[in-house]
Amino acid sequence: MSANLSAILYLISGVLFILALRGLSSPETSRRGNLFGIIGMVIAVTVTFLSVGNFTSGFIYVLIFLAIGGSIGAFIAYKIPMTAMPELVAGFHSLVGLAAVFVAISAFVNPQAFGLGIPGNIKLASLIEMAIGAAVGAITFSGSVIAFLKLQGVMSGAPITFKGQHLLNALILVSIIVLTFYLCSNQSANLFWILIIISFLIGFLIIIPIGGADMPVVISMLNSYSGWAAAGIGFTLENTALIITGALVGSSGAILSYIMCKGMNRSFFNVILGGFGATEQSGADNNKEQRPVKSGNADDAAFLMKNASSVIIVPGYGMAVAQAQHALREMVDTLKKNDIKVSYAIHPVAGRMPGHMNVLLAEANVPYDEVFELEEINSDFANADVAFVIGANDVTNPIAKTDPQSPIYGMPVLDVEKCKSVLFVKRSLSPGYAGIDNDLFYKENTLMLFADAKKMTEDITKNL
Amino acid sequence: MEIDPFIFRLSIFILSIFVGYYVVWSVTPSLHTPLMSVTNAISSVIIVGAIIAALSSNDEVIFSSSSIYGYLAIVLAAVNIFGGFLVTQRMLAMYKKKKKKDK
Repeated sequence: MSANLSAILYLISGVLFILALRGLSSPETSRRGNLFGIIGMVIAVTVTFLSVGNFTSGFIYVLIFLAIGGSIGAFIAYKIPMTAMPELVAGFHSLVGLAAVFVAISAFVNPQAFGLGIPGNIKLASLIEMAIGAAVGAITFSGSVIAFLKLQGVMSGAPITFKGQHLLNALILVSIIVLTFYLCSNQSANLFWILIIISFLIGFLIIIPIGGADMPVVISMLNSYSGWAAAGIGFTLENTALIITGALVGSSGAILSYIMCKGMNRSFFNVILGGFGATEQSGADNNKEQRPVKSGNADDAAFLMKNASSVIIVPGYGMAVAQAQHALREMVDTLKKNDIKVSYAIHPVAGRMPGHMNVLLAEANVPYDEVFELEEINSDFANADVAFVIGANDVTNPIAKTDPQSPIYGMPVLDVEKCKSVLFVKRSLSPGYAGIDNDLFYKENTLMLFADAKKMTEDITKNL
Repeated sequence: MEIDPFIFRLSIFILSIFVGYYVVWSVTPSLHTPLMSVTNAISSVIIVGAIIAALSSNDEVIFSSSSIYGYLAIVLAAVNIFGGFLVTQRMLAMYKKKKKKDK
């Protein structure tokens, strides 16, 4: 196949990828968008086969390995529970990162195959691109592995910090740049390997100080990195599809990180430098006097809701942990039968990844037009009778609006306290991730329901 | 004077960043999780490089020092491509409008 034709076909697959993302602007068009993405991928792979044109026994192995990877991927995709989506995405990011590293290594070892020169004398520009692709890929890989372990619960979600952490990270980053520079001047394979190893190390070090609830930012950031790694390799291979895709994914991840940071009213650097909650607790501990709370049982909750005309449900990470989304939907069905208006309010950083709650509710067959974002629904709380907070905490804390001393001051929160009554499903009175008490617990109109989210929801349904 | 082809690729890159910027802002927040899984799938187009690497040794040696990395990368990228697109498909199939299941 001529180089020009394949370049045009790669461009087409790049455009199809743009359409795949474009489709996600609404659920109706999204399925068609995904199809565009698949077609784009098929085109890119086919064109590559045709342009390499090497249908020897190696080709058979390529198909075999493709099939192995494909079946593993398909198996995972069908088996994975929706609550495990953050882990899955983190795991997939790590694979893209590692694949980028492998491709870069291969290009470094055998540059002739890619038309980049000969070993020891690789074109300067290609070498820089290769080094960038490999370094960013390695950071994506080790960072995603840590994120995966934290989300999976294998590793504690608590931030891990030590003295001189930032200094060490800064030194490593500088040394990556220095190494890249030396690599370009002497093309030493050893330097290339060292570069990859310390990139693995820095990925690991960057993610360990970041706590569990900051995971939405981390996942988005790693998403962005995987894109930049792909783009770096795309430049090396002079492949348009890869360059376009890398740029799309890179900017997509960056935008998501921005949205997540804004949802917490924190700067990106503040999140990345980490250690949130571990260091800033001092203010909260001082006034630990016992304040009275009203606690109730499923019966009370059912009574309140039965007499309401509108209910707003505020789900959070706790709902995902308790797998309570199906029980919740059943409760809502019963409420609707009693002509009670029900809607859902989703905070941007609820859960462990962007859109986490929406997927869980969709899984439980909640129609997406009953689910609203913070800005859409916040003014409705004042007119609603009952707010049902299930597994959320910090995102409802009114202190973010009133106390400039609070670490979460300025964070956009759901105006749950404006509801006539608030039902708060929670295991105990323990503070949320930010390590601060939630004023909402002690309000006159709040009824605490101390129980597992799923069990409580089921009990309420029985009592309705 | 001739323009370096690198400049053309750089132009594509920069323009794609802008396209990505505007396209992603128009993605509805409720679909942010599928967005992440689909971007995951499409970034695995890196398999293109993996295939070139795997097929680079055209002689009898199928598993050379460079092609072995290609094969490894093919497996990783393939997991991602199939896993990413299928899980996105599975998620998107769940997003339904009202009235469909209302009794």
